[in-house]
Amino acid sequence: MIYEPSPQAVVFFFLFVAITLGLSFYLGGKAKSSQGYFTAHGQIPWFVNGIAFAGDYLSAASFLGICGMIAFYGYDGFLYSIGYLAGWIVALFVIAEPMKRLGKFTFADALDSKFQSRGIKLAAGVSTLAVSVFYLIPQMVGAGVLVQPLLGFPHWVGVVLVGVTVILIVVSAGMVSTTWVQFLKGSLLVLFSAILTWMIIERGFEVKAGGEDGYEFQTLGPVSTGSEFAGLPALKGTTPVPPEGPWTDTNFRRFRNDATGIVSVWSEAEIAPGQLVLREAQSMTQTTDGKTLVNGQVKGTKKGEAELHPVGNITKLPGGESRTGKLGFLSFFSTLQNSEVVLWGNQKLTEPDGTKTTVYFQKPTAGSQVLRPGEHPTFSGIRSTKLLDKLNFLSLMLALFCGTASLPHILIRYYTVKDAAAARKSTIVGIASIGFFYVLTLYMGLGAMTSGSMDVTNSNMAAPLLARSMNEWLFAAISAIAFTTVLGTVSGLILASAGAVTHDLVTHAFGVELNDGEKVRVAKITSVFVGAIAIVLGIVFKEMNVSYLVGWAFSVAASANLPALVMLLFWKGTTRQGIIAAVVVGMTSSLGWILLSADTFTKVYGLPASNALVPFSQPGIVTIPLGFLTLIVVSLMTQPKTAAE
Amino acid sequence: MRQRNARIGMVLFCVYLLLYGGFVFLNAFAPETMEVLPFAGVNLAILYGFGLIIAAVLLALIYGWMCKPDDEDVVRNEVEK
Repeated sequence: MIYEPSPQAVVFFFLFVAITLGLSFYLGGKAKSSQGYFTAHGQIPWFVNGIAFAGDYLSAASFLGICGMIAFYGYDGFLYSIGYLAGWIVALFVIAEPMKRLGKFTFADALDSKFQSRGIKLAAGVSTLAVSVFYLIPQMVGAGVLVQPLLGFPHWVGVVLVGVTVILIVVSAGMVSTTWVQFLKGSLLVLFSAILTWMIIERGFEVKAGGEDGYEFQTLGPVSTGSEFAGLPALKGTTPVPPEGPWTDTNFRRFRNDATGIVSVWSEAEIAPGQLVLREAQSMTQTTDGKTLVNGQVKGTKKGEAELHPVGNITKLPGGESRTGKLGFLSFFSTLQNSEVVLWGNQKLTEPDGTKTTVYFQKPTAGSQVLRPGEHPTFSGIRSTKLLDKLNFLSLMLALFCGTASLPHILIRYYTVKDAAAARKSTIVGIASIGFFYVLTLYMGLGAMTSGSMDVTNSNMAAPLLARSMNEWLFAAISAIAFTTVLGTVSGLILASAGAVTHDLVTHAFGVELNDGEKVRVAKITSVFVGAIAIVLGIVFKEMNVSYLVGWAFSVAASANLPALVMLLFWKGTTRQGIIAAVVVGMTSSLGWILLSADTFTKVYGLPASNALVPFSQPGIVTIPLGFLTLIVVSLMTQPKTAAE
Repeated sequence: MRQRNARIGMVLFCVYLLLYGGFVFLNAFAPETMEVLPFAGVNLAILYGFGLIIAAVLLALIYGWMCKPDDEDVVRNEVEK
């Protein structure tokens, strides 16, 4: 089986969580005032804070999602790496220092520093909550995805485990412990990724016909068009299953073994004009009586029983070599450029009686194609001739660029250092470590693609499975780090929400007077509450794609927060009403756009994409300028008398 | 000093915006240019992508090196001492 529970991983995992919790309880003893709880007394050293930035930022989506996307589709996942890092430039050059000067606890403080308005606090507090909760969902889903194979627990146990641990961390110590957790995890993540990358380069590439379980996938033929495959020696003793129902218009061919009755699935492909081959496919079937069949047999749980084979192999290397041996950091790419890799596609088929089959089929792909942009469905628009398809891509890249500087849990980190210079220095450290990590993602993703250890059903597990193909201890370490990654990001988000509720909503917007101790208590109660909501959402959204949800959070953050933040810093004419309007319009328009988009129609509501009410799925290119426009128009309409005269 | 830092920040931001914008628009409107192999058999998509990451780190370092400590911070730090 691809996921055999590993005792080392289990021991390592619990050790990691225990150390993390122990550290937070220990350091938590030092934070008593609300200053200490929310901003660690502003005394975190800039270098530690910088690495903690990396810890906060390199979430489950960065580590698991990007590696997985590269492993399954090639270069496209790297576009996310580039966009995520570019956002830091906005944060450093435009936002960091003024943010530090203006605010005290939260992003709303900074927005409101000039006006002391309840409306601004309310709007900014709500937008902080909205972005944080949306960003929390993929993290929680990621936690469940990780725990399932690692420890053998069901998805919901993983989500509850993360939720409870994080609530403990946050309630016990606040920003001090969260920062140290992030520092620890950020450094380990970068270090172990570097080790993994070095091992990939050392291992080089090798031609194989299947994955690391030793199973070799067959290719039959070629036969010329019109002749029958059934006569081939490999299919002796089988009978073709006539295509019916959903199988009719597919490239899939099925053969039933006359002796065992087991049905195998193959995909037909034309390799040259008039020349057809059959490539062995894998299938997973959910029958109406609740059974799961793998490649036609009842799915097993023990060694030797039916299960999907791990995949990811190179079928051709340049010059007809069978293995390359050690490679260089550039020859890694130039070798792959001239090789052929087997990627896997999938197609879901539903029979009239409700039986659902997913067929996973081989797609031998030229290396030059794997290393170019535009192969993933999200990015395929760039090869289209229609402008609208290209707009979707531009819109996503814009949201990634603008989103980082508006994420509340990143913004609050500017208040944990002592001054603007320290904020600047820690951002530089953050950029350097995050940038280094993102360079490694391309190696890790492509290494995973060719490691023979991929699970065709789940791209999120690519990085941990790659580590296991190297050695068991590395797998244990990477899984534990991936898990703490989720823990750390979730604690940061919960703290940001707690800060928003305590300062922006309760104290300022609703005008409740709280003393220091009460503020911390309100924040802790909020943390428990938000944590509980996150647990529930993590279970409910189990089936949703992780990176899809992250893109959502980035778009909302950029549309709601960035226009207000930038205009406040750079335009003297900005008014209170303008800020409130921009936050509200940016937040609702981006949310509304996403809810009405083709992606949401197909993935969430299960409706056809053609019913969608907006022309493309990514809102950023429309809603970010809309936020700016709203702010300018409303501000001009509400200029104070003195300024107008 | 604050003015000066902000001005340096804006200049460097514009430099990066040009680089990033160039990458995004090349991808969107001339994706085939990303497949050419300008150096060591590695395609432009990878070289430009790595270039953007290295450029971000370099610009960040330049910024950190050129910026002077804030007046306000200097005063505040002295008061705290």
